[in-house]
Amino acid sequence: MKKSMDILITGVGGQGVVLASDIIGETAIAAGYDVKKTDTLGMAQRGGSVVSHIRLAEKVWSPLIKEGQVDLMLAFEKLEAARWSHYLKKDAVVIINKYEQPPPSVSLGKEKYPSDDELVAALKRRTDKIYLIDGNQKVKDLGNVRTLNIFMLGCFAAFAPLDDKFWRESISQRLPEPIREINLKAFALGRKEIEGVRIGTN
Amino acid sequence: MENTLQLLSGNEALALGAYHAGVQVACAYPGTPSTEILENLARFKDIYAEWSTNEKVAMEVGMGASYTGARTMVSMKMVGLNVAADPFMAASITGVIGGLVVISADDPQIHSSQNEQDNRHYARLAKVPMLEPSDSQDVYDLMNYAFDISEEFDTPVLFRTTTRIAHSKSVVNADKIRVVKNLQPAFLYNPQKYIMLPVNALPRHTKVEERMIKLARYCETFPMNQVIWNKKKIGIVTSGVAYQYAREAFPEASFLKLAMTWPLPQKMIKSFAAKVENLIVIEELDPFLQDNIKAMGIKVSGKEIFPIVGELNTRIVTESSIGAGLIPESEKSVVLPPAEGLPKRPPLLCPGCPHTGIYYTLNTVGQRTKLAESSTPQEPKLIITGDIGCYTLGAYPPHNVLDTTACMGAGIGQALGMEKAGVKSKVVAVIGDSTFMHSGITGLVNAVYNQGHITILILDNHTTAMTGHQEHPGTGVSAQGKETYTVDIESLCKGIGVKDLKVINAFDLKALRTGLRDSIDKDELSVIIVRGACAVQVKKRQNPRKIDVEKCTQCGICLKLGCPAIQSANGQVFIEPTLCAGDICGLCEQLCPQKAISA
Repeated sequence: MKKSMDILITGVGGQGVVLASDIIGETAIAAGYDVKKTDTLGMAQRGGSVVSHIRLAEKVWSPLIKEGQVDLMLAFEKLEAARWSHYLKKDAVVIINKYEQPPPSVSLGKEKYPSDDELVAALKRRTDKIYLIDGNQKVKDLGNVRTLNIFMLGCFAAFAPLDDKFWRESISQRLPEPIREINLKAFALGRKEIEGVRIGTN
Repeated sequence: MENTLQLLSGNEALALGAYHAGVQVACAYPGTPSTEILENLARFKDIYAEWSTNEKVAMEVGMGASYTGARTMVSMKMVGLNVAADPFMAASITGVIGGLVVISADDPQIHSSQNEQDNRHYARLAKVPMLEPSDSQDVYDLMNYAFDISEEFDTPVLFRTTTRIAHSKSVVNADKIRVVKNLQPAFLYNPQKYIMLPVNALPRHTKVEERMIKLARYCETFPMNQVIWNKKKIGIVTSGVAYQYAREAFPEASFLKLAMTWPLPQKMIKSFAAKVENLIVIEELDPFLQDNIKAMGIKVSGKEIFPIVGELNTRIVTESSIGAGLIPESEKSVVLPPAEGLPKRPPLLCPGCPHTGIYYTLNTVGQRTKLAESSTPQEPKLIITGDIGCYTLGAYPPHNVLDTTACMGAGIGQALGMEKAGVKSKVVAVIGDSTFMHSGITGLVNAVYNQGHITILILDNHTTAMTGHQEHPGTGVSAQGKETYTVDIESLCKGIGVKDLKVINAFDLKALRTGLRDSIDKDELSVIIVRGACAVQVKKRQNPRKIDVEKCTQCGICLKLGCPAIQSANGQVFIEPTLCAGDICGLCEQLCPQKAISA
């Protein structure tokens, strides 16, 4: 019996959430799982809130994860982590990219971007296993900011019941030659990075 | 890739299933959540695939192709079937030769639509069979049946998906290979079948009724209608994605999973109902199955328990069932409310969007911010009727530039209606290039013919942007990537009889303001083509703009462009260099009164 896992990826349109969730799905099929995934996008190309549900199990029925059932959340933007906090299971793992993209109401001065404490408080209603990662900086240092989504997948891989060889294959299949190597590097970097930072109960 | 497991969206599975079923002609107009069907079909070079001007034309092209014996698919979103309803009804009565499968992709929850209509009613209205898949494997497997049923019963088949089927990905074993039965399509003279004069149409109606009787017999043994026996206390009739939610919420119930939902297998349903204590229908949107099962004289509940509005999910099914005593209270899981007080993140026009400049201009000329922030309803200084596309996002702050949005092409007619009713304000209609081709042209013809004085802004970004950059008659490229004739919007407008026609660069704020003022002040109908390429399609980005903090007085005018790259944090406005479109735009640089923005 395979260990089931419900994963939520959240972020902002343009950050590569959908590709990341596709790769998780394809990796899991290769590893012998039943998989369903579904993305909820706004009506535009860029800038809106994006959330992707991915479910791995022996047999998956609903493509949508029930609120309160998410085992692991991968958030590409801080505010988008808090927005979906009610989906988390008790003691779920949350991996957050420290990046902050102010929504228009914040830029126009009508609302405030929540502080880190406020955002973490929303998540702590469910879990203390919160990992804050400076993904944008890491991939900038690597030399390609567009590898953020694969870097985040690397972070996820440390918690996933999926073998490394399946990851390499599915990433290589999805990303064309010129950007394949740097993305595989980003993946390895993410995996290494996650072993570090953890917020305690303070 | 045969016999291997693939992770496919419903739309990908649909295209592959249709291809393997031998589809030869495919036509569509883009519309969420149906767009990727034709995009995927267009990649197969051994079929003919086109973006049609609109869904009505797509259906007519589909009818013609089917009459020659070619297997044909016409795909659209649910409101597209309203546009195509006339030829769809006609196809029902003439029947087909080659299988004609019509895809209606419905959008429960209104992820990206203007209403939540349940197109299953169209199957009953048009008297055609309907199939409904519940995941990508179902989609793939049902496709062969769809074409076979169409040909066997001389009828178009309505194939109904929903957003959650079309856009979810699940595992598919694509185990068939492509077979084309009719390699040389040919049309045979048959006026009784094809010419719907009253003398022919009435006998055809009789044939349609006979066909429905045959189909009612056929569906009783349709292999993909499935009974899953478990405990018999609760028996659930369901279809589509609702089946998945129901299976998860009721692990111990018995199921009648219907893949063919029109006509309904009356004997099968009666026999299932007789064997269970409590018969429940779980379906999204309208009580379509429920009402039709009730009409069979069977006791059944459904919409008394489950909501009629919005998508279902496992939580809604479970909680509604607990409320009705179908699931014990102890199954209720503690669900946290969403975190409070978080700023929303509505979709935005992209950095470098060619709609931004004209929307800023309309906002200021029409004093729209004041209008939107007024506590009582005001008559706009400038009434602006909207349409369907990315540019519908102009309804949101900071632009607030739209007064209406109804359906494709409606804005021009609405604008004329307001003028003719006698409003004192000037009326402007805003429409995109693809929507103008779809159904704006007839509105413009009408406005010119009836001597309107409205101003029509055609926002020409040279693509169908919102659905993901599909080609259209104004782009000069076909759905399969071939160069083709470009319909020239200027010549078209002139040919219709537009006298005051301007073409303005979408990134020239001064010209936009002068041009707009001139047109609305004129006592005649005006068309302004606001032209600029969609920023997402412009690959080359150079020189992101920067704000000189020494010169910046924090006046906030640049923020009123609503550009996602222009942000403000800790009291300082800045331009996010990874988002800024740079040289292709430059609107903020033109706007800044302090000249604080430069490359």
